Amino acid sequence: MRHLLSTRDLDREEAIGILDVAEDMAEVQNREVRKLPTLRGRTVVNLFFEDSTRTRISFEAAAKRLSADVINFSAKGSSVSKGESLKDTAQTLASIGADAVVVRHPASGAPQVLAQSDWIEAGIINAGDGTHEHPTQGLLDAFTIRRRLHGRTARGKALDGVSVSIVGDILHSRVARSNVWLLTSLGANVRLVAPATLLPVGVTGWPVTIGYDLDDAIAERPDVVMMLRIQAERMSGGFFPNAREYSRRWGLDDARFNALPPTSIVMHPGPMNRGLEISSRAADSDRSTVLEQVTNGVSVRMAVLYLVLSTGKGPA
Amino acid sequence: MPTRTVLQQPDIARALTRISHEILESNRGPADLVILGIPTRGVVLADRIAAIIRDISDGTVDSGSLDVTLYRDDLSRQPTRSPSPTRMPESGIDGRTVVLVDDVLYSGRTIRAALDALGDIGRPRVVRLAALIDRGHRELPIRPDFVGKNLPSAQGERIFVRLQEIDGEEFVSIQGALD
Repeated sequence: MRHLLSTRDLDREEAIGILDVAEDMAEVQNREVRKLPTLRGRTVVNLFFEDSTRTRISFEAAAKRLSADVINFSAKGSSVSKGESLKDTAQTLASIGADAVVVRHPASGAPQVLAQSDWIEAGIINAGDGTHEHPTQGLLDAFTIRRRLHGRTARGKALDGVSVSIVGDILHSRVARSNVWLLTSLGANVRLVAPATLLPVGVTGWPVTIGYDLDDAIAERPDVVMMLRIQAERMSGGFFPNAREYSRRWGLDDARFNALPPTSIVMHPGPMNRGLEISSRAADSDRSTVLEQVTNGVSVRMAVLYLVLSTGKGPA
Repeated sequence: MPTRTVLQQPDIARALTRISHEILESNRGPADLVILGIPTRGVVLADRIAAIIRDISDGTVDSGSLDVTLYRDDLSRQPTRSPSPTRMPESGIDGRTVVLVDDVLYSGRTIRAALDALGDIGRPRVVRLAALIDRGHRELPIRPDFVGKNLPSAQGERIFVRLQEIDGEEFVSIQGALD
């Protein structure tokens, strides 16, 4: 794998392959020595043009557990705030000797630009670009679902027939997009549940079913309910009257949580707005995978870093 | 390219039985033995050796697998390898006698990686090395303790180990170099 830019590029076999490598990485997390020498001498740059704590920390932990050197670069307080272009930043990183660059950028397609340019040779890993994709989040969600369903026998398996409802702000969510492409490639049936104002225009072409009512979706007994964060920072236009109304109609409150089948799992990519899109009871129950997702995120990112950095400089 | 079969199924069985006896002899019985195979074919051989030792000694012997992919030193010189699962006995390897099993011993680099991997998992009392085939051409100061067959070979020659459980057939053959 030369780069990881989107889950839409991944076919079923590739996706299962990445999840299987992540299983091996997860095994290492249970050992006494949780570090592998695999990427010794390689440099991974976390290039973050947008605020993020958990994704950056997760990539940093993943790179360090594989013994890579990590350089964190955040746009705030860097030359970018002095007006440096993406090209110049990339060429600077290339001169430093970066072997892989983990990019988060507010513009959709920025990682693609880096990957296709001749500014930098390094492998590019998309850590969230605008409203386009966040592939490692999709992969860690798929990994979490697969582990909950199959436990220790998860290796080699897909998600055929698993029903997943993704609820909330689909319009601005790169997490939703990455999950839609990945989960459907793996054979899952995905349903999007959102207010009509928070569904993108092109959604009719996606391989999903669409609903506007969370109670209807819950009545269909989904295996997985994935709640998305209401992104206050992207809410410039009035997509719904106010937060309380959103919470009443599309929040996973205690009553809706109780109505879910006892085997359903509740997911959230974090950070959560407790009381808005998810109640504390749902978030803290043992059917919630919120913290598992964070743990699995490190394993999945180790797998991605390993696969990208072991491809070498030769023919991809 | 001429291909020559050097071991048939009964030869492999005899070699593994002899190796099992030698392991028991050097360990003075089956106590604290852990037989760890290196994927892919080493794992099959390790399971077979453990089964033979259980038969002839009436003791319990643990077997498992030790993946070395993430410890290799040729990461970017090779196409990407997918790791295999590592399977350790429940009781761990600390203070025990670990016998590493591989199908073909060649440069010794796989074993170097295996020793590093082992060190991250625990601290065995002794580590021994068993190989079905030793073809020479070591690049590191590593020497096997138990060998099925010494097979002096030229570096251009290729050695194929085929085992029933993985390949559905069983033999060891050597293929001559391209002239």
